Amino acid sequence: MVFQVLDPTNEASPPLGQLAPRLGSLRGKTVGFISNGKEGTKGFFAHLDRQLRQEFGVANVVSRTKSNYSAPADGYIVGEIANWDAVITGIGD
Amino acid sequence: MRLASKTYESADIGSVQELYHANGWTDGLPIVPPTQDAVEACLDWAMTPPETLVGIEPVRAMPVTAEKLAINAVMAGCLPMHFPVVLTAFTAMLQPEFLLHGATSSTGGCAVFVVLNGPIRREIGASGTFNALGNADRATSVIGRAIRLALINILEVRPGGIDRSTIGHPGKFTYCVAEDEEDSTWLPLAQHRGMPPEVSAVTVMAAGAPRQIMNEWTTEPREILETFAAEMRANLRHYSLHAGNYALIVPKQLREHLQVAGWTKADIAEFIHERARIPRREWADVGKGAVVRDRGDSIYPALDSPDHLLVIAAGGPAGGFGAVIPPWLGNKSKAVTMAIGACVDCEPPKG
Repeated sequence: MVFQVLDPTNEASPPLGQLAPRLGSLRGKTVGFISNGKEGTKGFFAHLDRQLRQEFGVANVVSRTKSNYSAPADGYIVGEIANWDAVITGIGD
Repeated sequence: MRLASKTYESADIGSVQELYHANGWTDGLPIVPPTQDAVEACLDWAMTPPETLVGIEPVRAMPVTAEKLAINAVMAGCLPMHFPVVLTAFTAMLQPEFLLHGATSSTGGCAVFVVLNGPIRREIGASGTFNALGNADRATSVIGRAIRLALINILEVRPGGIDRSTIGHPGKFTYCVAEDEEDSTWLPLAQHRGMPPEVSAVTVMAAGAPRQIMNEWTTEPREILETFAAEMRANLRHYSLHAGNYALIVPKQLREHLQVAGWTKADIAEFIHERARIPRREWADVGKGAVVRDRGDSIYPALDSPDHLLVIAAGGPAGGFGAVIPPWLGNKSKAVTMAIGACVDCEPPKG
């Protein structure tokens, strides 16, 4: 018996943001961190901050923490991203 | 009826299974082939056109249509009569206060706990008695599974993808219970949460795995409830200090003692609200001393308010076994109750 079956996935792709052009160098740039605020992020971002400044010549690091680690970044944080050359965020504990 | 989904042709039932497994479209178990006839029958039963927008997932702006939900419901084994429950449960999950993205992507690994109330339980054969949180009956098994398959396929909630659960729990296959309203003098959960009598409704809650308790050695309500409260205190110690919605499954043998003594669900919630709380210093007793800091004397209640407790009458007739179902992450996600096939809060048209 031949079955005609239907696709269970969304099929409609969500609107994708566009990736910014890749930076040639981090030297003199401003990098933003968006932390989910969990305990383990403090040491991680402190270490990354030092590395970016000392090894890659980053001029400024701006650290922001979400008010709810299980929800998207707050609007005011998203609004600041345009002022940064690069942003580092991610999923983790 | 015109369906918009892409169609695939498979030579036999085995090929259908391999097509769906190979594409990551299952929960690892075999599925029922979602044919056009079966999907249309679900949509017909719910009197819902396929293009109906059930909601939009707020973080990734992904639309959820009735057609896609029906396809996943058929795959889970739903009959048409089960589909209105799936439709309503998913609508409830898409309400902002449920925080669906967080609840389905978190390392905390919660599942969506679904509670059925009202006449629809009897119509679809959802029992709420023996093995209430296990494989109690066909209806609750397939409804809970439909929720998971829809998350996997419509919202891409796959392990290692959007779903970042560290360990998850078995409720992620199916996690649905019907309240045993016929064998209880208590107000059904949906009514307790504001639904009118005789309205069928679902309540969804982002929930951890059930923590089973047992107390067969007392008839005293406070002693019975103290066992539940102790399990909630254990959850505050071992899992999370955050207050949120907790559900209690109270079986017949225990609730009879409570009901004979005149305890209502509201009375239970008041008692549990007072008893289920710990000082932060207790975290030091369970290996979490590093985060007690100078707040050891701060008191953390499991419930911010008695209203946050969901008391559910369910379970087989014998045995003093109940369960505490803890929240995924405190009150970041809130339980949502919604009527099936009725708009309780709708206002009449103006003019």
